[in-house]
Amino acid sequence: MQMQLHEDAPRLVVPDRAEATARMKIDRAGWAVRSYARFDRAAVMRVTRAVAEAAHKAAQEYAEWAVRETGMGVVEHKRLKNELSAHPLVDFYENTDLVNPRVDAGRKMVEIPKPAGVVLALTPATNPVSTLYYKAILALLSRNAVIFSPHPLARACCAHAAARLEAAAVAAGAPAGLIQCIEEPSVPLVQALMASPKVQVILATGGGPMVRAAYSSGNPAIGVGPGNAPVYVDPTADQTLAAQRIVDSKAFDNSVLCTNESVLISLAENANRLERGLRAAGAHILSEPEVGKLRAWLFPHGHLNTAAVGKSAVWIAQQAGLRVVPSTRVLIAPVAQVGLDEPLTREKLCPVLAWATAETFERATGMAQMILRMTGAGHSAAIHCEDPQKAMDFAAALSVYRVVVNAPCSQGAAGFATHLAPSFMIGTGYFGRSSVGENIGPQHLVHWTRLAWNSDASVQMGDFGAVRAPFEGQAPAPRPAPAPAAAPLAEAGGMDRDMLRQLILQELRELTRGQS
Amino acid sequence: MFNYGFFNFDSKAELLDKAIEYWNPGKTKFWQDAGIDLVIDRREGYFLYDMSGRRLIDLHLNGGTYNFGHRNPELVATLKSALDYFDMGNHWFPSVARAAFAEKLVKTAPGMKYAIFGAGGAEAVEIALKTARYATKRRKIVSIIKGYHGHSGLSVATGDDRFSKIFLADRPEEFVQVPFNDIDALERALRGRDVAAFIIETIPATYGFPMPNDGYLKACQELCRRYGTLYIADEVQTGLMRTGMMWGWQSYGLEPDMFVTGKGLGGGIYPISACVVTEKCGGWLHEDGAAHISTSGGSELGCVVGHQVIDILQRPEVISNVHFVADFFHRSLNQMMAAHSDVFVGIRQRGVILGLEFDHPEGAVAVSRALYENGVWAIFSSLDKRVLQFKPGVLLDVATCQEIVDRMEAAMPRVRALLRSPRRAA
Ligand SMILES: Cc1ncc(COP(=O)(O)O)c(C=O)c1O
Repeated sequence: MQMQLHEDAPRLVVPDRAEATARMKIDRAGWAVRSYARFDRAAVMRVTRAVAEAAHKAAQEYAEWAVRETGMGVVEHKRLKNELSAHPLVDFYENTDLVNPRVDAGRKMVEIPKPAGVVLALTPATNPVSTLYYKAILALLSRNAVIFSPHPLARACCAHAAARLEAAAVAAGAPAGLIQCIEEPSVPLVQALMASPKVQVILATGGGPMVRAAYSSGNPAIGVGPGNAPVYVDPTADQTLAAQRIVDSKAFDNSVLCTNESVLISLAENANRLERGLRAAGAHILSEPEVGKLRAWLFPHGHLNTAAVGKSAVWIAQQAGLRVVPSTRVLIAPVAQVGLDEPLTREKLCPVLAWATAETFERATGMAQMILRMTGAGHSAAIHCEDPQKAMDFAAALSVYRVVVNAPCSQGAAGFATHLAPSFMIGTGYFGRSSVGENIGPQHLVHWTRLAWNSDASVQMGDFGAVRAPFEGQAPAPRPAPAPAAAPLAEAGGMDRDMLRQLILQELRELTRGQS
Repeated sequence: MFNYGFFNFDSKAELLDKAIEYWNPGKTKFWQDAGIDLVIDRREGYFLYDMSGRRLIDLHLNGGTYNFGHRNPELVATLKSALDYFDMGNHWFPSVARAAFAEKLVKTAPGMKYAIFGAGGAEAVEIALKTARYATKRRKIVSIIKGYHGHSGLSVATGDDRFSKIFLADRPEEFVQVPFNDIDALERALRGRDVAAFIIETIPATYGFPMPNDGYLKACQELCRRYGTLYIADEVQTGLMRTGMMWGWQSYGLEPDMFVTGKGLGGGIYPISACVVTEKCGGWLHEDGAAHISTSGGSELGCVVGHQVIDILQRPEVISNVHFVADFFHRSLNQMMAAHSDVFVGIRQRGVILGLEFDHPEGAVAVSRALYENGVWAIFSSLDKRVLQFKPGVLLDVATCQEIVDRMEAAMPRVRALLRSPRRAA
């Protein structure tokens, strides 16, 4: 067998086709965006809506496909995330105009939006299609072209979804090549593309090393670091409601959202009340020996067992040798310590929640910060309490850029149960070694050219009421190639008509020349 | 000092002297007189660098030889890879590279059966003409006036007098020429039923890419069928996606009996050409397969490169890019023509094949020079110096295309000055 394998190996080294083709995609995107960047707002919104509609219609199909392909998550939750990344996302930005120039007569300034150009977008295995939907819509709203580099574990569903969105965009009048996907993603390929001078910005979602690679590429990048959200439940909170929200959040898509709660912190005084609520909501609270077994399985040699990512609580329990009732939604592991010495307080991306108790609010806040110091800085935290002062103190003390209050953190920090911007890129800012600290939106893919007049009162700005905006509306699509013989009609509509027009023009010119 | 390791020159002037002394005084001096002092040194992508270091954007592409740009990295890697295993090969024997490439090529062309390889375009034309004579047992060949099919024995006889008479290679009794776009003239030439083949470039390149009239090529093909003449499409400049489709004849709905391809087929890094024929024409390959022999024709290295060339051209990204480039120049050149209608009077275009007409008998010579001075290299049509051959590559990106247009715009005042000067352009 070994011999056979060797003999079948190629005798010639074939140059990396994937890379060559991907570079062609970048050029193609450059062409597409050249035309799309001249669309007016109505045309942009028409294209975006058409893509959102196509995305919405296929939400279930890709939810199933993603779960099938990656083995992670829950179909109905993925469908919901896909749906949220379609029309509701567009609704959110309905009034964010990134197309028309802004005229500020008071400050004597005119601002013209300039799209980035070609966006290279990485999508993770955990939220493959929802992230793809989300980044595609961001690119469209900001008049950019996007090329996806999906995580290899989710490449088929992503390639298919990208092609579908592209088709919808083209049908709505967009130039071809606005939404493309790399068919054979690999780490060296992505690294090569990230360094391409023809890529204007990288949207990196993925593992830490990939995000760091994006920032090291030499190109502008928006990368977001890992999460590890601490959630504090204060005695002032409605314990039953808080427990319900936390369990719902942890069970949501089996905790694959990086915004999911990782460590629960409560005070000793409300521990019992909270525990009742958690059990009632479907959590299994582990005994000390069970915690040991779970830790051993989930963190062999101190590293996360990636097989657990996106799996259900019952499946994980089984693997770890724990007996739980089939209705169990979340496993809760009481821990004595937080931080480096307790692996269970790291990011887990599965429905396992560590639970630590503190004596005072101040101690709880300190614990939360200790967790973030290990991992998850700049990302998210949650608090359940009825005391605004404590909410303020908690948020002020933590190295995060969003603290979700009285809401499930998975959805809340991602803008789906709060008024934060709906997002699958949670900016982790300077705490998390990122360039943006808020939820990423289309506004991050546009820079503005500012016309700034002399501030001296004697210099007039002039009237911009009648000034033409710098776009052409929807450009006609590039003319199709001359059609093959089988379709003579299409040919008549293609190059030949232009040729005819040229001939007529030429004749006219010759005629007039004769007269002069 | 220009040290190339194997040889060196003190200066560009020294090189020019040596070229005159040992290589080709006529050609060398011609360009000097034309004000184009180009000696191509380094080259990369769609850029050429003169020995002086000056950069030029290449819109000549040697007729499509550099369709993918110069030293396309994927093709260079392909050739290097092939060199680690193959050499030119032995033309007597079947070979994996030749069989694979022949299959790949034939499968791009519905109706075709065999690919017969050569090393250059003229050789492939030679094969086509010989094949036609074999298949029809007729001797006469008809071509169009100002057609261009290469400079070997039979091919040069089909072309302009300028290239055949000088070598006493014109053979008017066997080689008949008819005006382009004149279907009646062709009928008169074929009516005697003694013509083996009608050979025509799908869009005549050296003539400045005049566009075939609507239905002209189809009518030619029908006449050929009626009079038992074989139709040979010379696709040396119109093949390989340059019209927006793999073969120019496909875009006109033709079904030639044979077609010829070369230049870009070798990606600009290894010479190879092919004559692709139908079963009906390929009879001699059965009767005596060694009737045409070429030691370097169908070299295995060329076959590996050619195979990859076709593979690249079939990628949807490339097809899309060609359309973008074609569309870009369609729009921007029409705008430019509107602004400079006093000198710039016409655009002929199909895909990325363009001929730009200037209102002066030597107009394109002046434009070529003015563009050269502005960092763009595009050549006039040898057989119609009113027309500039404008041949963008299939992989061009937005930035380079925009730069071409900007540089062209900048060159227009110089064009006017050259056309007004009493000495003319050259
Ligand atoms: C249309 C056409 N046919 C044939 C040839 C001859 O090719 P080669 O110079 O490779 O012999 C050329 C070369 O310019 C050409 O343009």
